Amino acid sequence: MSAPTGEVYRIDRLPGTDVLHGTCRCGAEHTGDDPVGMWEWMLAHPDGHRLPEGGTAR
Amino acid sequence: MPHSTAFARNQWYVAAYSEEVGRELLGRTVIGEPLVFYRAEEDGAAVALHDRCVHRRFPLSASGLDGDRIVCGYHGFTYDRTGACVYVPGQKRVPRTARVASYPVVEQDSLVWVWIGDPALADPRTIPRARHLDGPGWVTVRGMEPIDADYGLLVDNLLDLSHETYLHGGHIGTPEVAETPITTEVDEGAGIIRISRHMDDTECPSFHARSTGIEGRITRRQDIEYHAPCLYLLHSRIAPVGVVPEPDGSDPHGFHTEITYAITPSAYGKVYDFWMVSRDWATDDGEVTEFLRGNNHTVVMQDVDALNLLQRTLGTERTGHQELSINIDTGGLAARRILGRLVEEGAEPAEGVR
Ligand code: FES
Ligand SMILES: [Fe+2]
Repeated sequence: MSAPTGEVYRIDRLPGTDVLHGTCRCGAEHTGDDPVGMWEWMLAHPDGHRLPEGGTAR
Repeated sequence: MPHSTAFARNQWYVAAYSEEVGRELLGRTVIGEPLVFYRAEEDGAAVALHDRCVHRRFPLSASGLDGDRIVCGYHGFTYDRTGACVYVPGQKRVPRTARVASYPVVEQDSLVWVWIGDPALADPRTIPRARHLDGPGWVTVRGMEPIDADYGLLVDNLLDLSHETYLHGGHIGTPEVAETPITTEVDEGAGIIRISRHMDDTECPSFHARSTGIEGRITRRQDIEYHAPCLYLLHSRIAPVGVVPEPDGSDPHGFHTEITYAITPSAYGKVYDFWMVSRDWATDDGEVTEFLRGNNHTVVMQDVDALNLLQRTLGTERTGHQELSINIDTGGLAARRILGRLVEEGAEPAEGVR
């Protein structure tokens, strides 16, 4: 395995909280507090993933 | 059958350190394949062959070398460096099928990488680099511990550094490590997981204060890069608070430590834990070298003992045991998923339809 492909998923744990903040490679975002659920959401792409357009991305 | 993660074929694995491969035959089992290694006299290249004589399956690693040929220690079948049998005792004709498999090998960054899978797919350019291991300006201490545990448990262990605070309390863990926010990034296509922890203003562990001469509080970053399935890099930087890398990317006032692991599955329920610690500071201070060697060996053995125990414990449970994952497991869960994908890809027939 080698060069980055740009297909990057990202999960941040927000400082001072138990909240996970996920960003899909498509740009959709999701907040939750359980990594298993977060990965389920992430891998469901594109189901339930909408880009933020003037509003929320849930 | 012990608790075990499936093996991913069609991948490069670290089988040894370069310094381990010489004129003594070295036996290592990598994802279930028994291998024998030696260094050819002819050109100094590392050779990897299947470690079972075709005659009665005597381990070739328990045999001897005659020049660049292995002479089986049982009845003398003799193999050249390509694995072809060139001599059998008591007759002139060597059976046509008498050959042991040979494996693609690449030596890079002081590591001996072996490809397990379809040799036609072996591409050395896909091997992840760890240049600090033999780069100028770096000093490395290293070791290898075999663990009687599933390699998945070692991956879990290394991807979650919050265990430092508890399992390694007093050695490398400080309470802040478990409490710092983490960012996890997964590069799906490349099979790379990145886990970062940046502490902007934290206490300097006393050993680092002594050996680097830093006084006062520090900025500390730990950036893990796991190149599934085998190579784990932990880039660590500490510097006095406020000292940042130069605009050109150089970082003359930061102290860099590269912690490298090769996680090489051996047989089911067994893994080789290759550990290396490289630094670009106090490089001519022998005391620091010895301290790092001792300290890291202690830390590695704490993990080894814990994983041996965990493996035995999992082995006594009924199948389908329950786990409970929390935020610190975000990276470990990602690793399991990527390993699962690599296992599937490696199981596909080489000429498979896409
Ligand atoms: S087992 Fe090797 S020569 Fe008989
Ligand atoms: Fe998405």
